Amino acid sequence: MNMSDIYTSAVPLYAVLVSLAAVPLIILSAKRQNLREFWTIAAGVVKFILVLTLLPGALENRVATVRLFEITPNIQLALKADAVGVFFAIVASGLWILTSIYSIGYMRGLGEHKQTRYFSYFAVCLSSTIGIAFAANLVTFILFYEILTIATYPLVIHKETKEAIYAGRKYLAYTLTGGVFLIAAAAWTYQLNGNLDFVPGGLLQGLALTAGTAVPLFFLFIAGVGVKASIMPLHSWLPTAMAAPTPVSALLHAVAVVKAGVFGIIRVSMFIFGPDIMVQFGLNRILIVFAVITILVGSLLALKQDNLKKRLAYSTIAHLSYIVLGVGIMSSTALIGSLLHIAFHATMKITLFFCAGAIYVHLHKENISELDGIGKTMPWTLGAFTVASIGLAGIPPVNGFISKWYLGAGAADSGQFLLIVVLVVSGILNVAYFSPIVHRSFFRKGQEQETQKEAKPAMVIPLVLTACLSLVFGLFPNLFFSFFRLAAQAVTGIFGGPLP
Amino acid sequence: MIQNNAPALVPLIFLFAGIIIPLAALKLRSSAYFIALGATLASTIVSISNVIFVLDSGPVRYFFGGWPPPIGIEYVLDPLSAFLTAVINGITLIVLIHAGKIVEKEIQEHRRVPYYALVMLFLCGCNGIILTGDFFNLYVFLEISSLALYGMVAVGDKKAPISAFRYLIMGTVGGGFYLLGVGFLYVHTGSLNMADIKEILPVLGTNPVVIVALSLMVLGFGIKMALFPLHGWLPDAYTHAPSASSSIMAPIGVKIGAYGILRILLFVFGIKFVTQVFPIAQILTWFSAAGIIYGSIMAISQDEMKRMLAYSSISQIGYIGLGIGLANPYGIIGAVLHILNHGLMKACLFLVAGNFRMKLGHSNIKNFNDTLRKKMPWTTAAFAAGALAMVGIPPTVGFFSKWYLALGTIENKSWILLAVILLSSLLNAVYFFRIIEKIYFRSPSSKQEEKEHQSRKGTEVAASMLIPTLVLAGALFIFGLLNTIIVKGVLMKVLPPGM
Repeated sequence: MNMSDIYTSAVPLYAVLVSLAAVPLIILSAKRQNLREFWTIAAGVVKFILVLTLLPGALENRVATVRLFEITPNIQLALKADAVGVFFAIVASGLWILTSIYSIGYMRGLGEHKQTRYFSYFAVCLSSTIGIAFAANLVTFILFYEILTIATYPLVIHKETKEAIYAGRKYLAYTLTGGVFLIAAAAWTYQLNGNLDFVPGGLLQGLALTAGTAVPLFFLFIAGVGVKASIMPLHSWLPTAMAAPTPVSALLHAVAVVKAGVFGIIRVSMFIFGPDIMVQFGLNRILIVFAVITILVGSLLALKQDNLKKRLAYSTIAHLSYIVLGVGIMSSTALIGSLLHIAFHATMKITLFFCAGAIYVHLHKENISELDGIGKTMPWTLGAFTVASIGLAGIPPVNGFISKWYLGAGAADSGQFLLIVVLVVSGILNVAYFSPIVHRSFFRKGQEQETQKEAKPAMVIPLVLTACLSLVFGLFPNLFFSFFRLAAQAVTGIFGGPLP
Repeated sequence: MIQNNAPALVPLIFLFAGIIIPLAALKLRSSAYFIALGATLASTIVSISNVIFVLDSGPVRYFFGGWPPPIGIEYVLDPLSAFLTAVINGITLIVLIHAGKIVEKEIQEHRRVPYYALVMLFLCGCNGIILTGDFFNLYVFLEISSLALYGMVAVGDKKAPISAFRYLIMGTVGGGFYLLGVGFLYVHTGSLNMADIKEILPVLGTNPVVIVALSLMVLGFGIKMALFPLHGWLPDAYTHAPSASSSIMAPIGVKIGAYGILRILLFVFGIKFVTQVFPIAQILTWFSAAGIIYGSIMAISQDEMKRMLAYSSISQIGYIGLGIGLANPYGIIGAVLHILNHGLMKACLFLVAGNFRMKLGHSNIKNFNDTLRKKMPWTTAAFAAGALAMVGIPPTVGFFSKWYLALGTIENKSWILLAVILLSSLLNAVYFFRIIEKIYFRSPSSKQEEKEHQSRKGTEVAASMLIPTLVLAGALFIFGLLNTIIVKGVLMKVLPPGM
């Protein structure tokens, strides 16, 4: 295992705090919409820049670390910007800027109420997401994980309709239960080890564990982080949470919250247990079984949804388990695929949600059966939609192909050919549930509205940008943010040894 | 030196304040409140400086009248008693600042002076129980605090006298059990001094008389701490007492019972005796666990906020009992820390309930809606903070109680107890988010109501009530983040010898 070079730097802390600092400003400028939204965008940009300054270090295995104070005996409240963390942070903070612009278009387009509350909690969510990315140990992770749970709740419930309140309750019931399991797991780990740091290659490595400890402990962890990662059967909050405004679904339920869950699975599997223990006790097989079931069942359930956002939600469930599957395969190639899929699924799925939101605001349609002919009305939106759905099906040249390729290659490397079949079948299912949408919108005749123009630029520009990003990363995965090199760096830290 | 007399100082301050208040009120009625406040402030300062002193130079033993034990009465200031008196007096100080206005509203003028005198006697009793090193003297203080508390409850609403009477019966039975236990112990050991008895007990071994004595004492304190199923008196007493009384007794009242059990089990009888010879610690743990679940479930079904908080207290006192019963370092740290944490949380929430009563005239959950948030933004924010702490969201204090107790259960490999602790935090979420949902996300049911509320927009309570509420709400976060300082600095020294 190669040792990383650790240096003290407060940048990770600033990156966490900047959006939190924006909250009072957002609240104070509640009366002046433009100023209020300026704070959100400004915080987003500053946050993104701060995260980017950590990128060069992470690429060279220099880890920015900040230790604040002891939060419980022997455990510091500490942040570190290792490669995996920076990877996730770039994805979340970068897409937050686009989502914020989109949110402005969406919220104003619909004349939504309580926009100040909306933007405030959005900022809190982003703080906690970056906190999760940079958490250096389990207690810090739990701290931000639970704050994220609470901060998302007002966003899920935003519309305050009966449906939204129900969704909020269900969301809390699932995620708080998950949090409780995570606390139990962390406490148990602490009792085993007296330490809760995330160590590349596994904190528990070298500890004489028995199967009677390792397996139940792993299940506790998975029950904890698996809720947000919406592994079946812990998934059902996600489709319900689609009652939230679409930008929330886009960033939180396709990127920040759910990816915090899969990110947790990576942290637990690779940094707490470590590959050796995972394989020794067959824990990775547990992941694989759950992931395969979730991928197939999720895709099949997506097929029968008529509500566009719900279909996207089930698609998200399936795609999150791609990432889990990649972790379960336990090969460096597959893990690269997993990490890449965190970023690439994010750009694609956020595009799709943006499109769904644009259609809803512009034409007030949310069911797939109503979409006939809207491609002519909203060519940009539906064009972007098409690009992203091609990517999710894993067809080149969109970025979804690359991550899927690495997942498949990892499966082949480790001789698990059945998993390749699963990936292929799931790709076909992706085509099956996305193509009707594309087909209806472009090739069927709508009844009216053909004269109407596109949605507002504040909504169309972000979604075109994310679609372009999906395409660009499909062709040049190292462009801008060196996603591939970053993923490779992270994987080297975990598995040690040279890269494939 | 003053520090050598420190153990006796705090109860005496309150005792004298209790006497001076009625006398001073003959001249000037309004002085009662300020004397009470001043006495509490003084005791807070003394008890905090006591903590620092004890940590610096070790326990202080004070012999009343210069008579050394076992003949005389001894007061002991050790880390545990110093810490708990500081917690009790500190929280009460904040609550009393808040109490000024609400007492004026809820208690008739001619009753206010005796009311504050009773509060002082109650606090004298509480501090005395914690500081005394003598079992019989403890009984005396127990009765002082209980009798004062009956009075403090009885001045509440229409049903308060009945609740107080019920509490009186239960409390007297509890006191009686305890006294009986002390009697058995005295007959057998010939001593009433705790340190003395601690030395004598191992010599006597497992004598049935000792076991009966222990059981009776625990039973007596079990009633005082409202340990399930001995909690019957608590919900009514908390609900019908005036807001000021419930916010004084809820954070600290039942903790006195918990302290008694902690002291008797782990400091006098010793861990070995209570876990192996006669496993009363395990029995305590399981009753506490049952109470945790029972209290939470009952809290869910309450419509009156104070009653809900009362059931929640039964559940939370279970945490403390459970931690004591675990009889390992994490369990005890969790239990003692939870005495502080729960004190802060419950004080905050009862002050919120008081604020609601002050402005709305009720604290009925059914009638809450989101106009409440507009009218009393700060109070509702404090409620939200209290709710998050009760659910145990980090970095609030509730999370850390849960954390240490979870570590304690895992150390004993008591998986069911771990499940109970975690399940209860989910049940807490049910009854607190039910209210948060109403306050923040529910519009009023009719247009009429909305209009009526619009006209009274922005009516927060007075600063003297709002600031204590917010201080407590802020403390939930600050004490949470800084819990390590308390745990490492104080609580690790609180542990009974041999841990």
